[in-house]
Amino acid sequence: MDSPAPLALEVSASPHIAAAGVSTRNMMLDVMIGLSPVMGVAIYQHGPPAMGRMLLAAAACAFFEAAFDKARGRAHALANGSAVLTGLLLALSLPPTAPVHMLLLGALVAIGLGKSVFGGLGQNLFNPAMVGRAFVSVAFPAGVSGAAYLTDGMSGATPLTAFKVSGRPAELSDLLFGTVPGSLGEVSALACIAGGLYLIIRKSASWQIPLSMLATLLLLGTLRHAAANTPDTWSVTHDLFSGAVLFGAFFIATDPVSSPLSHKGRILFGAGVGVLTWFFRTFSGYPEGVMFAILLMNAVTPLINQFMIPKPAGAAA
Amino acid sequence: MSTTLIPPPEGKGRFSRGIHPPDNKHWSGQKRVSVLEDPEEVQVPLLQHIGAVAVLHVRPNSQIDAGGLLAEAEGMVSAPIHASIAGKVGRPSKTTLPNSRRVDAVKISRNPEAPSRGHELWSKLSASLWNPEAAVSFSSGEILDRIRAAGIVGMGGATFPTYVKLKPNPAKPVKRLLVNGCECEPYLTADARLMEEAAGAVVVGALCAARACGAYRIDVAVEDNKPEAIAALKAAAENTWVRIRKVETKYPMGGEKQMIRAVYDRVIPDGGLPLDVGVAVINVSTAAAIAMAVIHQEPLTPRIVSVTGPGIVEPRNLFTPVGSSFAHLVAACGGLKPETRRIISGGPMMGYTVPSLDVTVTKGVSGILALTETSVPQGGETACLRCGRCTDACPLNLVPARIVQSTRHRRFDLAKRNHILTCMECGCCAYACPAGIPLVQWIRAGKAEVRKAAPPKGGQ
Repeated sequence: MDSPAPLALEVSASPHIAAAGVSTRNMMLDVMIGLSPVMGVAIYQHGPPAMGRMLLAAAACAFFEAAFDKARGRAHALANGSAVLTGLLLALSLPPTAPVHMLLLGALVAIGLGKSVFGGLGQNLFNPAMVGRAFVSVAFPAGVSGAAYLTDGMSGATPLTAFKVSGRPAELSDLLFGTVPGSLGEVSALACIAGGLYLIIRKSASWQIPLSMLATLLLLGTLRHAAANTPDTWSVTHDLFSGAVLFGAFFIATDPVSSPLSHKGRILFGAGVGVLTWFFRTFSGYPEGVMFAILLMNAVTPLINQFMIPKPAGAAA
Repeated sequence: MSTTLIPPPEGKGRFSRGIHPPDNKHWSGQKRVSVLEDPEEVQVPLLQHIGAVAVLHVRPNSQIDAGGLLAEAEGMVSAPIHASIAGKVGRPSKTTLPNSRRVDAVKISRNPEAPSRGHELWSKLSASLWNPEAAVSFSSGEILDRIRAAGIVGMGGATFPTYVKLKPNPAKPVKRLLVNGCECEPYLTADARLMEEAAGAVVVGALCAARACGAYRIDVAVEDNKPEAIAALKAAAENTWVRIRKVETKYPMGGEKQMIRAVYDRVIPDGGLPLDVGVAVINVSTAAAIAMAVIHQEPLTPRIVSVTGPGIVEPRNLFTPVGSSFAHLVAACGGLKPETRRIISGGPMMGYTVPSLDVTVTKGVSGILALTETSVPQGGETACLRCGRCTDACPLNLVPARIVQSTRHRRFDLAKRNHILTCMECGCCAYACPAGIPLVQWIRAGKAEVRKAAPPKGGQ
């Protein structure tokens, strides 16, 4: 009997199959697809300058990641797309007038301080884009406030600032479609919700974090509303649709690396972001507090992971 | 005064989490069982079960009939081994089990005069005239004796001696017998074919097993991707108290905890057994073997093996004498395609890869699966993003990423606190992981370390 040529058989541990089309790269691509309505609104409103800022930040993040990887003697991991995503999120979280040096510095800090010092992808404690944004907003306070949101198309302050100053709330339809001043990615509630739902349906973002964050803000807003003596023109919907709440809830707080693993942990995380956002908006000098709220909850995430271990099936209650 | 009869809890045919891999049953699902002709020789392992190695009962160079006793059970937990073909007994030797363990074995060289026993056994097993009434003519003790004498072990892969499982234990009485016809592993079709072609034996075997262990309720759980099997079982179970329960097609439905949740809505305590909620679970193949043992006094020597997957030239379901080599079965299916990369004993989720086809079919081998380059996971491992898909997939509600992180950093105390020992290694986490992290492998390694640090109760 002819024996066929021996095959080189692999020996490996089970399982021997894996879900098709599921990879880190595809998850990052998914988030970019989820961001596309938001990016579309930004480009529609501000044209080529918006596109240029996104491309610049993405390219800068990719460059810095490659540079840091090289310095650390590691093969670069650009192909997974996470650095590009960080750049896009950074640009979208900054005003449409953000100058080049601000974007570059933000990218450097996001990748260097936000990601590489921790050991790269998957190791970072904080959301890199928010680290970058926090840095530039402290280094260039003028660059992220007041006049920075003035562009040809839009005039005036952001809805949150405007209300703080003049007490006049924005029209809800403007908040929905994004015809208000604001950071590139945050203005249109509709675009944020559409992209966010896409991510949740694709399971590329958790549903627990946005849900608990928004529910918490809804609750606190309702309480504030009920406690207000004077007729309150700033409705609860304004709370949710203004500023970076929806952008943060769907695209930043859901960053898997810097948020908890368990379902209950995520619900706590989202609620924490909601409470802190409300706290900063109400008591701090800044009109907006989503970024600080997320960064603070990022810091608590290891603790949540440590102590919120779900009970296994059948465990004694 | 009257006592109220509370209806037993009913499951909804579902459990939480788990995964939906493509079932890939099309390779061999429609291939009727065919009897494999006896090979020139078989290497019958003396350990085909959990427990003590059976003790050799025959002398070298003696002639043995198919079904003759080769080795006797040793100790409380063990099972006898019978000759799967007729022929001359060789010297004691060693053979390799699918899990790569080397064990004592006996070679039998085929007696060319004797016809393959498989045809006769298969026609008995697949007969349409199984009589459900037959079970009641035996006492519990008689049934248990025949199960023990026939060397029956759990044929779903666990190979725990069935006699030990069914023997009534006054401290933990069995109330319900759950017969596992889920076959939730992708690709495998041995149980599906058995249910379709030998439904009568499954039903009679279940009735015998229930009588043996004292169960007053019998349910056969079958995933809803096997409508033909469900129909055949329903027809065979007509006018009996065996109930056929359709459950969702979802991996790992065939896991005891998941199946008991799906069928009875009961939760087995962490670290516990089905017996803790009054349930005994046996596989459909085991049930059929019980019927053969009790009604026909036939020992367990052949079993159905699915030889399947994209690497097999002509996938089939073979009624195979145990002790046959994988090579013999694969050859009967036209051989391997050149693009074959992995040969797996069992299913793709929990089966073992074998380094060569020089491995022996045992009572617990349900399938030989040949996977090709494109059907095994592609690409290497990347960093954990803590995306939580493993957590969403884990049917035991663990956080696999945390367990693996603890194990990687050799923090076995943390691994234990994250319930590493609860893991049943079903593989859902690794299946779902976008980063291609071999979570199960890490968890296995971690378990060994955790057990080393704290030996189980009773051990020193």
